[in-house]
Amino acid sequence: MDNKNISKRIFKDRIFTVCVTFLAFIACLPLLGILFLIIKNGASSINLGFFIHLPKPVGEEGGGIANAIVGTFIVVGIAFLIATPISLLTGIFLSENRKSRFSEMVRVSIDILSGIPSIVIGIIAYLWVVKPMKGFSALSGGIALAMIMLPVVIKSAEETLKLIPYSLREASFALGVPYYRTVLKVILPTGFSGIITGVLIAVARIAGETAPLLFTAFGNPFMNFNITKPVNALPLLVFNYATSPYEQWHKIAWGAAFILIIIVFVVNILARMISKKWKVTF
Amino acid sequence: MKKLLKLAVSALAVISMFVQPLKASSVELIGAGATFPYPLYSKMFDVYNKEHGIKINYSAIGSGGGIRQLMAKTVDFGGTDAFLTDKEIREMPGSVVHIPTCIGAVVFAFNVPGVPELNLTPDVIAGIFLGKIKKWSAPEIRKINQNVKMPDINIVVIHRSDGSGTTFIFSDYVSKISNEWKNSVGTGTSLKWPCGLGAKGNPGVAGLIKQIPGSIGYVELIYALSNKIPFACVQNKSGIFIKPSLLNTSIAANVELPDDMRVSITNTNEKNGYPICGFTWIIVYKEQNYDNRSFEKAKELVNLLWWITHQGQRYTEALHYASLPKEAVVKAERIIQSITYNGKPIIK
Amino acid sequence: MKKTSKKQEIKKVFSKDPGPWNFYSRAGNKYFLMDWIFKKILFISGVSIFFLVLMIFIFLVLNSMPSIKEFGFRFFLSKSWDPVFEKFGALPFIAGTIFTSFLALLISLPFSLSISLYLGEFSKSGFFSGFLKNSIELLAGVPSVVYGFFGMFVLIPIVRYLEIKFNIEPYGVGIFTSSIILSIMIIPFSASLGREVIELIPQDIKEAAYSLGSTRYEVIKRVVLPYAKSGITAGILMALGRAFGETMAVTMVIGNSNVMPKGLFSPANTMASLIANEFTEAVSRIHLSSLIEIGLVLFIISAVFSIMGKIFIHKFSITENG
Repeated sequence: MDNKNISKRIFKDRIFTVCVTFLAFIACLPLLGILFLIIKNGASSINLGFFIHLPKPVGEEGGGIANAIVGTFIVVGIAFLIATPISLLTGIFLSENRKSRFSEMVRVSIDILSGIPSIVIGIIAYLWVVKPMKGFSALSGGIALAMIMLPVVIKSAEETLKLIPYSLREASFALGVPYYRTVLKVILPTGFSGIITGVLIAVARIAGETAPLLFTAFGNPFMNFNITKPVNALPLLVFNYATSPYEQWHKIAWGAAFILIIIVFVVNILARMISKKWKVTF
Repeated sequence: MKKLLKLAVSALAVISMFVQPLKASSVELIGAGATFPYPLYSKMFDVYNKEHGIKINYSAIGSGGGIRQLMAKTVDFGGTDAFLTDKEIREMPGSVVHIPTCIGAVVFAFNVPGVPELNLTPDVIAGIFLGKIKKWSAPEIRKINQNVKMPDINIVVIHRSDGSGTTFIFSDYVSKISNEWKNSVGTGTSLKWPCGLGAKGNPGVAGLIKQIPGSIGYVELIYALSNKIPFACVQNKSGIFIKPSLLNTSIAANVELPDDMRVSITNTNEKNGYPICGFTWIIVYKEQNYDNRSFEKAKELVNLLWWITHQGQRYTEALHYASLPKEAVVKAERIIQSITYNGKPIIK
Repeated sequence: MKKTSKKQEIKKVFSKDPGPWNFYSRAGNKYFLMDWIFKKILFISGVSIFFLVLMIFIFLVLNSMPSIKEFGFRFFLSKSWDPVFEKFGALPFIAGTIFTSFLALLISLPFSLSISLYLGEFSKSGFFSGFLKNSIELLAGVPSVVYGFFGMFVLIPIVRYLEIKFNIEPYGVGIFTSSIILSIMIIPFSASLGREVIELIPQDIKEAAYSLGSTRYEVIKRVVLPYAKSGITAGILMALGRAFGETMAVTMVIGNSNVMPKGLFSPANTMASLIANEFTEAVSRIHLSSLIEIGLVLFIISAVFSIMGKIFIHKFSITENG
């Protein structure tokens, strides 16, 4: 009786282990599938011309996505410049005021902000920037992306800075260093790797965002460096070309998706390398 | 020190980006709207860019989008196959003129396995799109297609999910031939479709039709031709089954044209005309001096419009659009000449 | 100005109980002004974030007013979205959003739970778990359009083939397809939160169960899962919140039909994909403000989820420490 019971239980345990392992690894399949497909279809469209040329009108062969690549860098760059200073300061604020009622309110706001669907952020950017400026622009796209970037960087900055033990601060104060100098010259450099990691992860995230750019950056068949004018971006291009019925555009979309994924992965890997290499532990 | 340096470099980068608009830049025009004429505009604007050096950024987001963005003044011109209704004209912040650019035909592209040719009558069309006729083997369809074997599969209706002038032309026609449609769905760029799938833009509809067996949808002629999708012959008012082509599209435009060119040419009285055609227009503000627009920009816009209605018409036939008939060009010229800057006409 | 000598000032400071170590007092702090300015700057940046979120909410409400005034509560119960006759009701999209998100959650749950358990319990280190961990993180980083692209060119033909086989309308697009894509997208979120939570469970409780002779399955079922319940729930909420707001991948595979979905395989529209489709073209004021009202609903739902998720994580950390 006892033996039967035990073997039944052991059997259940074995089945369970098998199921869990099986399911866990099946979950990786979509990733492998996506990567495989994109590499297979995308790599064939990639040649030097792809990076240098501008898109051709519909129906004509060839053309490249140079303007989309540049455009992605422009809007991400704008978002980075806008979001990083504010997020750093807020991250410092939150890590320095952990218990106050106001900082709890700020934390809740950040959580809400991080949960807002990116399409709603796009609506807000349209209402706040596109309408007053009477036009679509790279600037409005950058602002929308900055709003998405903020919570990510703030949270990682706060977490990093929280890990730094108080004794470091005390030592600095004991040496007579004023508060602002302590934060800027002692605390921040210590947390540098964590903060940079957070920034890079946020950048990788917004590089792939399409929804906020739909009604802000608008797209542009030409190359454009002027941030007050519309600009094309990789995710926008993938969306527009993929949903068209033209074969040549589909091929270009695969290539653009390939480049986009490479950019996202490279930045992610960079972030992880930095975090490992420059991490300061206590 | 290092940080300060990084800050300085990034500040310089930002400033340099702002320097761009200060330089004497060539004029760029932004337009948005109909997907109906997009292949034509795409070619026209490319040629114009090579000949005149002006960059035109046209985004095919649907006629509804063109009207909306012109209303918000975020674009220089809108493209639409649905002329503004009186209500929309009232809602516009300024007086808007319509310049016709070409005529296109809205055809019914279909994907029915084993069926290369299809005949449709107005009643059958209304029935299919209202969701009343559900199978390809329905008696109403078989009656008018006696020499083809209709498979017994469901009809999948494909319509537009975005605000579309193509939808406007289509629904304008169906409202004229079906009271039930007129009262339940109506005419417009965005409709409350009784059934079917939505796709974005003419390209999206064409794409879906190609992929789904048993589907039928309405697209501009060029999209069916370039995607090699078969399209139906439609019975016109005179009772003849017409296969849409350039010729019968131009014939349908043989109507009295109003001065403001806001005219619908569906359900034509012409014996050999295709019943579902429409003009497509570019809409701009009559008074071009708004929001600090430069005279230079207004002039380039007007030049572009003149070119489209004259030299640009050379490119229509190759892309299966019908060029503007002479009377339409004359009316268009008068409209273009009425566009003013500070009250003074820009072009003589 | 009273002239107190430095010695007297310092005596004053140290005579009473100085309280908790306060670096911010004026006494003895040469850099008081700079510190004060710095602290104010920090405070202002905190305020600006709070202000930002507040302003977003206010703007959404203000721009939804025309539609709120026109339709009131009927907006959420009416099935018709009619731009011609200007009658807008959000029920089809609420239904579409709920169906796709919950179905996606259901599909993803076994997978994300398995991943959390595998990484948290079965194999915390080693080649395969490292591979799994990295794959999940990369999966989270894939942009939404790329998922949609994948859905369009791989999933839709497969679903269409199945539909033809089972004699259903061969749309290919629809609720089923978008739920599958959504489930793939949300697996990383619940999986990583679940894993962290499971890893935090104190060893001694598990060891106690093992020493009583339980199998691993029983330990997981009776100790680990109940203990990590709130953390896992938080992960589920996070995943659900993400699914609700996902736009691009959904809009490419859902079929864009503004009527109430009739079944699992019918085309539909979610609130987010509707906005993506119609926002640039809503000509009339009412149409635009109805769309913004839907955006407001999305905002409120995601805010509620975020706050609920936070409460659950908080509950977990309390049980963890207490």
